[in-house]
Amino acid sequence: MSSESIPSGKRTAGTLLLLIPYVALLWLPFYNEAHPSLMGFPFFYWYQLLWVPLTSLILYVVYRWVR
Amino acid sequence: MPTTFNWTSGLVFIGFFALVTVLGFFAARWKAGDLTQLHEWGLGGRQFGPVISWFLVGGDFYTAYTVIAVPALVYAVGAYGFFALPYTIIVYPFVFAVMPKLWSACQKNNHITAADFVQGIYGGRWFAAAIALTGIIATMPYIALQLVGMQVVIKSLGVTGELPLVVAFVILAVYTYASGLRAPAMIAFVKDIMIYIVVIAAIWLIPSKLGGYASVFDAADHFFTAKGGSTGITLKASQFTAYASLAFGSAMAAFMYPHTLTGVLSSKSAKTIKQNAIALPAYTLLLGLIALLGYMAIAAGVKVTSATDVVPALFLKLFPSWFVGFAAAAIAISALVPAAIMSIGSANLFTRNLWKPLIQPNITPSQEATNAKVVSLAVKLGALVFIIFLPTQFAIDLQLLGGVWILQTFPAVVFSLYTRWLKLPALFIGWLAGIGLGTTLAFMQGIKPIYAVHLGNATYPVYIGVLALGVNIVLTLVLSAVLPARSTSISRSPI
Repeated sequence: MSSESIPSGKRTAGTLLLLIPYVALLWLPFYNEAHPSLMGFPFFYWYQLLWVPLTSLILYVVYRWVR
Repeated sequence: MPTTFNWTSGLVFIGFFALVTVLGFFAARWKAGDLTQLHEWGLGGRQFGPVISWFLVGGDFYTAYTVIAVPALVYAVGAYGFFALPYTIIVYPFVFAVMPKLWSACQKNNHITAADFVQGIYGGRWFAAAIALTGIIATMPYIALQLVGMQVVIKSLGVTGELPLVVAFVILAVYTYASGLRAPAMIAFVKDIMIYIVVIAAIWLIPSKLGGYASVFDAADHFFTAKGGSTGITLKASQFTAYASLAFGSAMAAFMYPHTLTGVLSSKSAKTIKQNAIALPAYTLLLGLIALLGYMAIAAGVKVTSATDVVPALFLKLFPSWFVGFAAAAIAISALVPAAIMSIGSANLFTRNLWKPLIQPNITPSQEATNAKVVSLAVKLGALVFIIFLPTQFAIDLQLLGGVWILQTFPAVVFSLYTRWLKLPALFIGWLAGIGLGTTLAFMQGIKPIYAVHLGNATYPVYIGVLALGVNIVLTLVLSAVLPARSTSISRSPI
């Protein structure tokens, strides 16, 4: 937890990355649609489910990069 | 729902239940520590690595009530019930950024609760006591709802009466008393693996019986078109702000609860928490699929009088009885893990932040641990009495209010990690105003979580917890700016 030693630019970039899932999921006009569907799942559902691994990926990137 | 006892499903259920009971008692010797110390009994010795923490926090956060209530809401209203999905995604960037800081601050000073942390920074007794009381009151109905989850699946086995519930809870109470946090940590392994098996089987087999996912969604679409109102497989534009604010508010509240914080603080390092924030979304994927059980029930033509019966009814309709027993055991055990951790978290708060500072300041460490053990028993008995003698709706309403209340501890716990500029009276008044406003708005709506905000000609329905938190934060900031410097009041302040 030596957050003081991390360059502030890098930390800001990390924080911005962490905010992406909030924007992607809290702005409903992005995804409140039935189409295009994927494997029978309407867009509304597979879009949100897709953000589960994407969020993990973002956290992983920040974890490796801003330590 | 069947009215006669099914021997196959019943025996499978009892077998798994017996297994976790043995584990619960055996857990006392696991990673052995001195259980007469509160951080050993109540935090498992702060030594859980990434794997154990993953099972523990996953088992703690995604509860039996979730497995029952989320599909029930989706079955009743459709897309709106899915707010649990964005909620349990956006919670993790927050956990990743904030909880390692909180862990470090608490570990340094042997804090075991959020109220300990607040007391450590601002001194005094009363505000910490208020934070503790908020946590305890918000958690009690949550424990009661775990019992509802258990009750629903026991009923699906064809067993009537309250006796099985009482027996299950007494067993839980006794091994939590004996083993502390180690018991749910060990049982979480069994619970989580069972739930994964049930859900994977369900999402694999059920759609194939119903003609694939496309026809499941089609059936739901037709069902809601016929039903009308604010239902459907996508949201109405008028539901956007409610959906987003429920997801956001729930995510910010989630790790303010004593049970989730207990799970986080029992990790062995800040790094463990970061790794878990990356890996825990696996449970969210599971939750999303569990939510879809609501649509599968519609497609399968399941009819229930109470929506909470929808998951067991679906399993009864489509699965062989041995698997119904297995699924019922998985859900019942899913109630045990959070119920144990919730009672431990509440007991830690009561002992550390109410009993010790207000009643028995010179309590010895071993008396402290004993006190917490007894309180954990009392908390669980309270929840049991609650469920047996009061209407279930009462627990549901209180749990909803509890979410609004616990969110009001957010500024004190989270902002204090980043700044020392806030002042104790400001935080106290902000907390009080948030609780007051949130409770008032909820009662004005007939204890519903949503309040319609009018801006110009437009109306935006918003989660009351978020509105109350907004007022709380503004008050805290403004009062911190105008109140006299803290140096005069710190540490010896009576609040």
